[in-house]
Amino acid sequence: MKTIREINEKIRTGKAVVVTAEEIIDIVAKKGLKKATQEVDVVTTGTFGPMCSSGAYFNVGHTKPRIKIGGGTCTLNDVPCYTGLAAADILLGATAMPNNDPRNSVYPGEFHYGGAHVIEELVGGKSVRLQAEAYGTDCYPRKSLDTLIELKDMNEAVLFNPRNCYQNYNVAINLSDKIIYTYMGTLRPRIGNANYCSAGQLSPLMNDPLYKTIGIGTRIFLGGGEGYVTWQGTQHNPGVARTESGVPRVPAGTLAVTGDLKSMSSQWLKGASFTGYGVTLTVGIGIPIPLLNEDITAHTAIRDDQIVAPIVDYSESYPQIIPNNLGEVSYAELKTGSITVQGKKVPTGGMSSYKRAREIAVELKARIQAKKFLLSEPVAPLPSADSDVKCKLLNERPIKKKK
Amino acid sequence: MTTKRIVLTFPPTLVGQPITTHLVKDYDLMLNILRANVKPNEEGRLVLELTGKKKALEDGIDYLKGLGINVKSLAHDIKWNADKCTHCTACIPACPSGAMAVDRETMEVSFTRDRCIACELCISICPFNALEIQF
Repeated sequence: MKTIREINEKIRTGKAVVVTAEEIIDIVAKKGLKKATQEVDVVTTGTFGPMCSSGAYFNVGHTKPRIKIGGGTCTLNDVPCYTGLAAADILLGATAMPNNDPRNSVYPGEFHYGGAHVIEELVGGKSVRLQAEAYGTDCYPRKSLDTLIELKDMNEAVLFNPRNCYQNYNVAINLSDKIIYTYMGTLRPRIGNANYCSAGQLSPLMNDPLYKTIGIGTRIFLGGGEGYVTWQGTQHNPGVARTESGVPRVPAGTLAVTGDLKSMSSQWLKGASFTGYGVTLTVGIGIPIPLLNEDITAHTAIRDDQIVAPIVDYSESYPQIIPNNLGEVSYAELKTGSITVQGKKVPTGGMSSYKRAREIAVELKARIQAKKFLLSEPVAPLPSADSDVKCKLLNERPIKKKK
Repeated sequence: MTTKRIVLTFPPTLVGQPITTHLVKDYDLMLNILRANVKPNEEGRLVLELTGKKKALEDGIDYLKGLGINVKSLAHDIKWNADKCTHCTACIPACPSGAMAVDRETMEVSFTRDRCIACELCISICPFNALEIQF
């Protein structure tokens, strides 16, 4: 048994042994759980995938004379921001897009530019155009604003993501006769391809499937900088079916994360355009897992061939919410480049970059070894498999229209 | 023997002519049609792989140019911007020729120009606009 405090002491003195979630697999296989837990202090994980429920809030600084953007309207590079906050606070969502974007009216839409791209450009040090209209008050008389602004001009710039880091995800296919455009990419008809989205054995929540170490307050690698787990993510659904080792067989846990955008890099926060679907932000996240006991170590030794994902039809089953069991497939199979679905050999494509996930795990390892990144003790656990937290559908109670 | 991949763009007036037949019969060239978009009264587009003696190949291409056909080398058609690529592999199942490929050990994506048939299927699939058509 070790404590996070003891591990941090080892990190400070340069004695901590840190390995990635790939490296721990062989170590446990060769040395066994007991010895691996004694010798290794931290396992680093990583993921780099599209995460729509992302955004950022900014305090842009007060103008002279003052303007109350709160309650007015505001755009950054023509992308609308949420203004229902105080005078100089605005919030930009990753999936927001300019009002004049044709969306899917010219099907399939291209979705070249949106909130995620603005975030990438700001993080990359570029200036963006801030425009605002206000109604004017006695204390905030100004009514309009049109200026260039960059990240370093702002008081605060905070990445604020309500749902990231999905623990497992669907493998998307298309059973219909026509091509479809989804957040899982372009899916060709008659099971033309199968797209998946997880870093599998490198993915943070696959390595701590029952949230024994990752909790509220866990310090993480976020977008190239540092951030924290601030809550369970929206749609956190820990009570799903799991394998014997506790890894979910379907999408399950999620994380809400927050961090200083000014510490981040455009290498690890990238705007993404999904044809026919929309704009999203690809976020790089790495989470360190302290090997406090053998149970935790065993979880980090999970391999791609031990993690399965459900195959889901996105032409009908997903949009209409009709259960249709098409089987499961392991991440080891998905990563070979083809799987078999209903007797047909189907090429696979990823949405989440395994190469980038590995780079994040390696980078986080290097930061810990260089004493630049200490572990934090969670202040509260995330709801786990034994909780009653679950993701529900909307219980619609339609308003009857008056005749 | 030499092999060359070319993109032909020809005006509507030439669409009705059996141009490829002349390449075979008059210039003794082997040809493989990689892609074709030929409709009546519209500008036509043909992607060809030509194989033959070097001199015959040059003469054949001169013949095409003489007819008023725009001839360009295929290799310059699709550009992969390595710095924009995140190696997500979304493009892989869409690529019919294996030009976009993954090293399954490193999960790193690569692009082999010689294999690209410029079908452009990858262009709209890449979420990061890493692939572009070059004119």
